[in-house]
Amino acid sequence: MQSKSFSVKTVVAIGIGAALFVVLARFGSIPSPIPNTNIQTNYAILALFAVLYGPLAGLLIGLIGHTVTDLISYGNPWFSWIIASGVFGLIVGLLARKLRIQKGQYSLIRIQDGEFGLKGIVLFNIIQIIANVLSWLVVAPVLDILIYAEPANKVFTQGVLATGANIATVAVLGTLIAIAYSKTRTKQGSLTREE
Amino acid sequence: MAPRLLSYSNIDSPVHRLSGVTKLLAFLLFSIAGMISYDTRCLLAMLILSLVVFYVSKVPFKQYSFVLYLILIFAAINQLAIFLFAPEQGVQIYGTRHELLHVFGRYSITSEQLFYQFNILLKFAVIVPPALLFLLATEPSEFASSLNRIGVSYKIAYAISITMRYIPDVQQEYVNISIAAQARGLDMSRKEKLGRRLKNMAGILLPLVLATLERIEKVSAALELRGFGRKRKRTWYKSRPLTKTDGFVIAGAVLIAVAVLVITFWDGARFYNPFV
Repeated sequence: MQSKSFSVKTVVAIGIGAALFVVLARFGSIPSPIPNTNIQTNYAILALFAVLYGPLAGLLIGLIGHTVTDLISYGNPWFSWIIASGVFGLIVGLLARKLRIQKGQYSLIRIQDGEFGLKGIVLFNIIQIIANVLSWLVVAPVLDILIYAEPANKVFTQGVLATGANIATVAVLGTLIAIAYSKTRTKQGSLTREE
Repeated sequence: MAPRLLSYSNIDSPVHRLSGVTKLLAFLLFSIAGMISYDTRCLLAMLILSLVVFYVSKVPFKQYSFVLYLILIFAAINQLAIFLFAPEQGVQIYGTRHELLHVFGRYSITSEQLFYQFNILLKFAVIVPPALLFLLATEPSEFASSLNRIGVSYKIAYAISITMRYIPDVQQEYVNISIAAQARGLDMSRKEKLGRRLKNMAGILLPLVLATLERIEKVSAALELRGFGRKRKRTWYKSRPLTKTDGFVIAGAVLIAVAVLVITFWDGARFYNPFV
């Protein structure tokens, strides 16, 4: 029953990734010019971890991280948005993995192999935009309506704000960190034999 | 500078003596029933019951008082936003219209809207005491074993206990890096412009992420060396056998959840309607 996708490293990445998510959610958010909308750096990290460790890790880091954040800082879990966080990690992980398989082994988004060029950056951002739109503009408001019966125009306005803020955050911070991280990795086949 | 966070403290009370599994189940059942139901009578009864349990637990007020203010502010903003965006939502749901006071334009206060917003507040409030209680009265090392006991894979349960274990460490690391960066002149306060602040934030995040990834390598190597994940089951540092009281509480919570759902959907609608 040992599946490769759920290795010891995935378990640890979920645990520590979620801890990082919680810490950044508490300390690392910068208020933006739009009232009541923060630049939440933790979603940039969630996107990066979902690419590095796969969809299952993305899903669980989002779910666990957001639940723990809500519990220890407000004592009141807001389930619709918790689920949306998980969906965001899941979709980023799934799309990033799919691209890898389609183009042969690890060819497009290869942050961990030290290659994250223009193509990778564009793809990473397309993926994060799709995931952000699906989770904050679809999943979160729809669940708000289903669970809490909140008015549709209110939750969709909140959804639009959250989608915009998160896309911008991941585009700037997520991309910057992914580039910097990929530079610390050794490229595959970077060694040449001396004649 | 650190914001205060809720955490467990060791008190001897009937609630603290319950097993972690019991508290987790009761919390989950209450949350689910509270999410689904829109029946005012059920929600009120649940709120009163959970407040009584909270009183029994003897958790001192100052341990969670700071959170209450946050919750109140959040609830107030939410209520205001609902009214601003949809002043007629209550009328739509309950199907009648009793106007109390006309404010201006399309905004007027109706008893349906007041009742609807009261229900949202109630739904919001019902989840707070069980969630706080679960967090304040369950020992963190019992979290994981409880989750595993109710059927969550032990690897996921273990990941959650890693999260609880590493939050203070990662937090310390964040504070260290941030102070070091500030000492070198990176301004993180609101005096700086937004773009500059983002760039400075990236300067803190990068070392933090690198340190975290390294920590993941180390911890997973250590776990692998100890044979983690080889077997289908594992034992836990902290897990208590269920007592008779636990049985009663679990049965009670299940009964309440079922009763709430039955009463809510008895007349075929999710909303309790006092207006017809």
